[in-house]
Amino acid sequence: MAAGFKTVEPLEYYRRFLKENCRPDGRELGEFRTTTVNIGSISTADGSALVKLGNTTVICGVKAEFAAPSTDAPDKGYVVPNVDLPPLCSSRFRSGPPGEEAQVASQFIADVIENSQIIQKEDLCISPGKLVWVLYCDLICLDYDGNILDACTFALLAALKNVQLPEVTINEETALAEVNLKKKSYLNIRTHPVATSFAVFDDTLLIVDPTGEEEHLATGTLTIVMDEEGKLCCLHKPGMFPPLQS
Amino acid sequence: MEEETHTDAKIRAENGTGSSPRGPGRSLRHFACEQNLLSRPDGSASFLQGDTSVLAGVYGPAEVKVSKEIFNKATLEVILRPKIGLPGVAEKSRERLIRNTCEAVVLGTLHPRTSITVVPQVVSDAGSLLACCLNAACMALVDAGVPMRALFCGVACALDSDGTLVLDPTSKQEKEARAVLTFALDSVERKLLMSSTKGLYSDTELQQYLAAAQAASRHVFRFYRESLQRRYSKS
Repeated sequence: MAAGFKTVEPLEYYRRFLKENCRPDGRELGEFRTTTVNIGSISTADGSALVKLGNTTVICGVKAEFAAPSTDAPDKGYVVPNVDLPPLCSSRFRSGPPGEEAQVASQFIADVIENSQIIQKEDLCISPGKLVWVLYCDLICLDYDGNILDACTFALLAALKNVQLPEVTINEETALAEVNLKKKSYLNIRTHPVATSFAVFDDTLLIVDPTGEEEHLATGTLTIVMDEEGKLCCLHKPGMFPPLQS
Repeated sequence: MEEETHTDAKIRAENGTGSSPRGPGRSLRHFACEQNLLSRPDGSASFLQGDTSVLAGVYGPAEVKVSKEIFNKATLEVILRPKIGLPGVAEKSRERLIRNTCEAVVLGTLHPRTSITVVPQVVSDAGSLLACCLNAACMALVDAGVPMRALFCGVACALDSDGTLVLDPTSKQEKEARAVLTFALDSVERKLLMSSTKGLYSDTELQQYLAAAQAASRHVFRFYRESLQRRYSKS
């Protein structure tokens, strides 16, 4: 009977739970889902991490490659994030070029990296004006059940902490780079930004870590990224939707 | 034919209104707005903030592709083209921000199974671009006669290295700033509809900026009202 009511009136079904200050999966309004992290699972990547926030699963792989720096920033490396939401994770995504959701998530992760200064780009420089590291961070969602931004930020942070870069020296005579794979060092991670997403219901209630259904029923979403000093790196509030009924 | 274009130009010039120039302290740059300048879109508006200028066109309510139609409300689309180069991920992100802001105010349920397309075109960028796009989009929606529950405006603020707040920053101020925040506020209760931020700041600073943006939005809404009053009082 409850299943029937849920199909016909999903918002009312939800409201019944919210009145009692809890949610259908048994969580409080301010409670997160069980989070698990698995570091270094991809051996072919320079750094990797798998994060599960309840059912939402995101895997991040970081590959480091050489690149020539741009002329206006000769001592800065690059960090290039890319979020991929394949058809595997949810039926709403089709194969083909990245959809809007994936592009917005990619831009969000790029903004978090830029604003929080998680890695100083100067640390990625090998030889100013000639050679720098570029870190390609690929985040792939394996299971989409809401709160993708939190999971991506967490996976990215965990993967970057796991990255080990080999030592590179430029041979003076041949001007070629020599990579010493035996001597590897971790990246210098300056801050630890953490993202928290909220779903807004009926313009009054805030619930933390929304699932896929909750995001769909909500009036709006809000994501805040803070570092350990309490500074805000990003306040992402992509607008509110008008309530479904009106 | 020549006469027609001449009067057209006259009406256009009269429609354009300007606000008072930037005063001392925290205030906004000179704005100007012109409506109904393009013949093809159902509504169009050009909004200038200092040297930043955005031209927005609105088509709708119009026919929608069956794959995109929503049974009980209008499908809102925003197409943002940068001034130079091909559109990239940053443009998609901004399109999403503008679209969600418009969706919060447009009464889509009055026009189900239709599409409303907003096309802002950046003419010149001298800082506060997202805020200018939002203002141009709002004025274009009004010009097109799309039913809305409230008007909205965009306000940008920058926090420079010594901690002072600058409203409506120029590109130079934005580059040197520690943080740049753009808010979209509605006209009825000055509620926050959308926010997009860059840089690091604390939560007390956020509260201050939001309050300053809400105070500044009053000027923008007053400017909208004067601009529309002047336009409709002529015709």
